[in-house]
Amino acid sequence: MNFDFSDDQKFLRDEARKFLEAQCTSAHVRAVLDDDNVSHNDEVWQKIVEMGWLGAAIPEEFGGLGLGMLELCVIAEELGRVLAPVPFGSSAYFFAEAIKLAGTEEQKAEFLPKVADGSIVGCLATTEGPGALSAASVQTTAKDSALTGTKVPVTDGDVATHAVVLAKEGSGTGLYIVALDQDGVSRKSLKTIEPTRSHAEIKLDGATGARLGLESGNGMTVLEQVMNRAAVLLAFEQLGGASRCLEMATEYAKERHAFGRPIGGNQAIKHKLADIYVKNEVARSNAYYGAWALSTDAAELPEAAAAARVAASEAFWFASKENIQTHGGMGFTWEVDCHLYYRRAKLLAVQAGSPAVWKEKLVSALEAKNAA
Amino acid sequence: MDFTDSTEEATFRAEANAFLSQHLEPKKAAAIRSGRRDDYLQRAKDWQKVKAENQFAQITWPKEIGGRGGSPMQQVIWNQEESKFDAPIGPFAIGLGMCVPTVIAFGSDEHKQRYVQKALFGEEIWCQLFSEPAAGSDVAGLKTKAVKDGDDWVVNGQKVWTSGAHYSDYGILLVRTDPDVPKHKGLTMFIVDMKQEGVDVRPIHQASGGSEFNEVYFTDVRIPDAHRLGEPGMGWKVALVTLMNERLAVGGSPGPDWAEIMDYARSSGSMSDQAFRAKLADWYVAAQGYKLTKFRTQTALSKGETPGPENSIGKVITANHLQDICNSAIEMQDHYGIISDKDHAPADAIFQESFMWAPGLRIAGGTDEILKNIIAERVLGLPQDVRVDKDKPFSAF
Repeated sequence: MNFDFSDDQKFLRDEARKFLEAQCTSAHVRAVLDDDNVSHNDEVWQKIVEMGWLGAAIPEEFGGLGLGMLELCVIAEELGRVLAPVPFGSSAYFFAEAIKLAGTEEQKAEFLPKVADGSIVGCLATTEGPGALSAASVQTTAKDSALTGTKVPVTDGDVATHAVVLAKEGSGTGLYIVALDQDGVSRKSLKTIEPTRSHAEIKLDGATGARLGLESGNGMTVLEQVMNRAAVLLAFEQLGGASRCLEMATEYAKERHAFGRPIGGNQAIKHKLADIYVKNEVARSNAYYGAWALSTDAAELPEAAAAARVAASEAFWFASKENIQTHGGMGFTWEVDCHLYYRRAKLLAVQAGSPAVWKEKLVSALEAKNAA
Repeated sequence: MDFTDSTEEATFRAEANAFLSQHLEPKKAAAIRSGRRDDYLQRAKDWQKVKAENQFAQITWPKEIGGRGGSPMQQVIWNQEESKFDAPIGPFAIGLGMCVPTVIAFGSDEHKQRYVQKALFGEEIWCQLFSEPAAGSDVAGLKTKAVKDGDDWVVNGQKVWTSGAHYSDYGILLVRTDPDVPKHKGLTMFIVDMKQEGVDVRPIHQASGGSEFNEVYFTDVRIPDAHRLGEPGMGWKVALVTLMNERLAVGGSPGPDWAEIMDYARSSGSMSDQAFRAKLADWYVAAQGYKLTKFRTQTALSKGETPGPENSIGKVITANHLQDICNSAIEMQDHYGIISDKDHAPADAIFQESFMWAPGLRIAGGTDEILKNIIAERVLGLPQDVRVDKDKPFSAF
């Protein structure tokens, strides 16, 4: 039994934490929050690129560090703690994982080294309107590698250079790699509840795309697998954010005095923070299991990823809203960071399918397993 | 990360499993909280003797006192393997897990000679006498008093919620010996002979209908001073050691879990209910969260480290989880769900039985509220609750 990260991985975590606490402060996040014309913090982004983290889970033959998925999980948790205002997840969890999973050798050779060295930024373009994503809801079409339709919202869609786009092809669906700087693509930035990560509406009007992999018609199937992988990585980001919320609330509850004593001496606050702690531990244990399944390509990945995502979405949501509540009026001011976590918690909870979607995936996986 | 045993761990697990297979039947899936046949106590004593004779009774105890001299990890492995079998271990859990370790920590050499081996070999059973009608969460507020009379102490008062008092031979008894100092400082711990005159054990008729717990009345019970554990007035410190010795919670679930209600839902056509599916996902995530957290604790033990506070989440999760699952299972059966008669009720009425047991589980061994206080104070470092009686003599209240 060794259900923990290795000493090397813990060292990476400690180093990443030190680095990010110095290089990605609240001021760096707020520089993006307070400027509508900025899509991300490029100073932070360039430093992260230099660290090589984008290639942590990309094999050395494709220009990455070739460390592994566990190392990427460790980095994800640290990025989540500081609310890194950069398109890391879009490029490393979604775009790179899609290409690693389903791309041809040529596609891997073409794109992965550029993701790793930051010369391109990838994203995933699937959503077209309100409601859960399904094959039937996809309106964007791909015909002879020409894509037409509108994707909205696309997380990091205005900073990205490339997107993996879900489209109808024939009677099925396909995933296409689309360069976003071509004539058939127009982009418009969107106002969202989470301005520290940019979002765009992307219109495709006969844009040229290259099918991801060789098989046609299997887009949703491949996307499911990409989502399972991204779900674990997102769970670590969520866990990082939830942990930070508990720390903030605990620190404040010890400092803030009312009625002559710290508010953290009252059971209403103590029990609230204990509830956050319990949810965070449940999320951490489920995230670790997801990391194990991801790093070993285990058959349990579908249920492990779903459980990790459900637990982490619940934990971050709960921790972020109760962190504001613990801070009282101060927590509802623009200047205090509580709302930044509340915003990020909701983005991460719905970005790759809402909790309801993942609960359904989880139960379906359990049904499939027990049917055998 | 991996979930496999080390070579040494695998060897020990195989050894444990072979021993268990030789002596016991594998546990049947639906036999949760059942199988308490009339001969349960005798079977428990017999099983305890066999374990002790083969050094499986207390894995971490030193060999000199009959243990195995093994690691905490080996104890975890043993517990995991034993829980797969129909092992009658209930009557010894509190005695060997909490009471006898207290005797070992604070007793004289004579105490250890007299009591440890007999308990280990299943000849004598112990109970723990702390809680009182007016001292539940606030145990240190207990009122049962002992007054010195020559070489004896004379005890009068009442204990409550004492598991197994009716079949116990000895107990560790926490009493007030000095009411004129603050409550934590006036307590003393004793070994008490449960069969002696003046000790009156009466079963509690629980809200669930069963009687697993007792009230114990003490009327002019004489206890020799030689049976004292620790100095007079040190009882609270001794009691904390008892409570710290609570077994590492690695046993099975206390009742039906997501898998049982999913089985029932499938057999009854309820899997198409979207609201139920969402709840099932939540139960799975919580159950996995608890199970995997124990794996993290086990990992720390396996590396020879002291586990962190993560294990403190256990009962807060499981007790509420059990209550919620049973409630849903009953509602899923609609009007029929009230039937607890096993001739009619699905799944041998385990949902109905556990529904009635669940409120007790949320209280026993630390209420939800006290456990959350413990997490808040000891893990998160938040201030203690206001304690207006903390520095005043107990007799002032």
